[in-house]
Amino acid sequence: MAASNELMLTMYRKMLLSRRFEEKAGQAYGLKKIQGFCHLYIGQEAVVVGVNEALRATDWVMTGYRDHVHPLVRGADAGMLMAELYGRDGGYSKGKGGSMHFFDIEHGFYGGYGIVGGQIPLAAGLAFASKYRNEDRVTVCSFGDAAANQGAMHETFNMAQKWKLPVLYIVENNKYGMGTDIARVSSVPDIHKRAAGWDMRGEEVDGMDVLTVYEKVKELVEWIRAGNGPVLLEARCYRFRGHSMSDAALYRTKDEVEFEKQRDPILKLRKQLLEKKIATEQQLDQIDEEEKAVVEKALAFADASPLPPDEDVWTHTLVEEGEADVRPRERVLGATDVKWPSFPTDFKVTWDLEPRTPNTENPAAKKGAA
Amino acid sequence: MAELAYREALNQALAEEMARDPRVFLMGEEVARYDGAYKVSKGLLDKFGSARVVDAPISELGFAGLGVGAAMVGLRPVIEMMTWNFAILAMDQIVNSAAKLRHMSGGQLRCPIVIRGPGGAGGRLSSQHSQALEANYAHFPGLKVVAPGTPADAKGLLKAAIRDENPTVFIEAELLYGLKGEVPEGEHVIPLGKADIKRPGNDVTLITWSRMLTAVALPAAEQLAAEGIDVEVLDLRTIKPMDEEAIAASVKKTNRVVIVEEGWGYAGFGAHVADFIQRELFDDLDAPVARVHGLDVNMGYAENLERLTLPSTARVAEAVHKVLYR
Repeated sequence: MAASNELMLTMYRKMLLSRRFEEKAGQAYGLKKIQGFCHLYIGQEAVVVGVNEALRATDWVMTGYRDHVHPLVRGADAGMLMAELYGRDGGYSKGKGGSMHFFDIEHGFYGGYGIVGGQIPLAAGLAFASKYRNEDRVTVCSFGDAAANQGAMHETFNMAQKWKLPVLYIVENNKYGMGTDIARVSSVPDIHKRAAGWDMRGEEVDGMDVLTVYEKVKELVEWIRAGNGPVLLEARCYRFRGHSMSDAALYRTKDEVEFEKQRDPILKLRKQLLEKKIATEQQLDQIDEEEKAVVEKALAFADASPLPPDEDVWTHTLVEEGEADVRPRERVLGATDVKWPSFPTDFKVTWDLEPRTPNTENPAAKKGAA
Repeated sequence: MAELAYREALNQALAEEMARDPRVFLMGEEVARYDGAYKVSKGLLDKFGSARVVDAPISELGFAGLGVGAAMVGLRPVIEMMTWNFAILAMDQIVNSAAKLRHMSGGQLRCPIVIRGPGGAGGRLSSQHSQALEANYAHFPGLKVVAPGTPADAKGLLKAAIRDENPTVFIEAELLYGLKGEVPEGEHVIPLGKADIKRPGNDVTLITWSRMLTAVALPAAEQLAAEGIDVEVLDLRTIKPMDEEAIAASVKKTNRVVIVEEGWGYAGFGAHVADFIQRELFDDLDAPVARVHGLDVNMGYAENLERLTLPSTARVAEAVHKVLYR
């Protein structure tokens, strides 16, 4: 299904928002306003935006530590995300999570994980819960190419496929696991091909083209929602910056980076929008100015937000008796329109995960009954 | 009250909680068709069906993580580890995910999961299958750690753990599964973090938990009673949170303490108990706190090597004599 003109403009806007947000995060890191590890998404925007626009608001998303823009394109507040990067009280996690651990449950973003591949089994758990409660929902879990070499992926894919869990795994293959070319450490560097090992559907897509990503994910999510089980989608992309802010990226040539920058997904969509006369140069520049303003505002918000109070060192380690969950936009912005998920406590489980045939009847149970 | 084996008490807790709450499901190796490697889940598949009693592949990291994920979105998974030795493979998900989700999400998420299975020595199983690992988990903020030593406590604490809003490491003991005891029927829920005096006494306090209670501490107390030494046995039951009040009350009464644990002494949980006592109850002590623990070596298979490695009533009696200066 091709994207409408309006949707193409939305994608253009969200990719620019992502780019400008990350550029400013990089600058703020240089100014030491952001510290610790900081992994920018610059160059890969077509993946996150193409995927997001193919999902429903009720679907769930999680990813690894390169996680700034996944909640941003789902509708998270840019100022609160920036405040989290600054380690401030106004951040989504009150400054407890930082760059690698973003969470925005209101928008179905279930995290930012700092252990490579750690989110892969968790996503199967989210999908398991959806199937257990018979919900019409797909979980989308991104991870980097290097995470595909973790045992967690093998263990999870085996279960996800066996139990036909409604989960879309997206490997954002930007070619490098930190400084190591994925082909140097992988016997099967075409990661989607490994899906065959679990009898799972595996596909690849040009992750530098937002429209292609959108169309492919739209198709796959529909297939998953129909109950066909999980899919592994390999989105081939490229990060224009180093692995993290401390990485000078000496393991790849300038020529390679320059070549990839010619495939900049934002410039590509811009060209398409102009060629199809969907927007004028001036209109597209205007969008950029608007998104730059959003990010400027986010920086100002983060700057103005105080540190979390000292007594917060003691909070949120355990759930205290009767303690409610924190709704960040309500807490920080006083928002009254927060849609918080509520899960049923009384329902009937109708899923027969492993139907029994006469051949698989439990003889021990039968004997017990007799 | 019915007399049940420890495994039956756990089974009853699971069955009651699953009947009470559709969000509770059990997943682990051999839990369904095989009825559980130690028969703790016997009959549950037939009662609750294959989506609620799930045979997992041998993928401890994978299904622990799946359980954590399900707990993040409103289910109440009980994940069975065939033993806690295998759960070392799942430690990343227990420690880096379950224990940290609420914190790193700034209070947006909770993770009400129970991870349970047998810990400690199983009887002639050598080093990879004979580890008491509760101290490891007690070390991590964000987890509760429970280690019941009787059938009644096993039932009441498992029910409380399943209802708790936090990730709970629930350590049973292979050698306790056959232990019989009176178990209250129905709504028998023991709050986490409450110790229990299993034998009142005035001369010295034995602080212990899990299998050491019935295997070593209580028999040692009986033996010492014959010598006229009146031993109090305090069963912590939950080692995190630790019942500091109960420890203080007992120490103030007896003024002498021996801590008995199956695990290694070096950085073992008993060291934390001793630290608490010397910090908060120094003036109440009439002797330095003594510890009896597993020797700081890997477990041997040979009968004598295993026996020598584990705490014994003789070693406990020796420690009691020492703190009484006799």
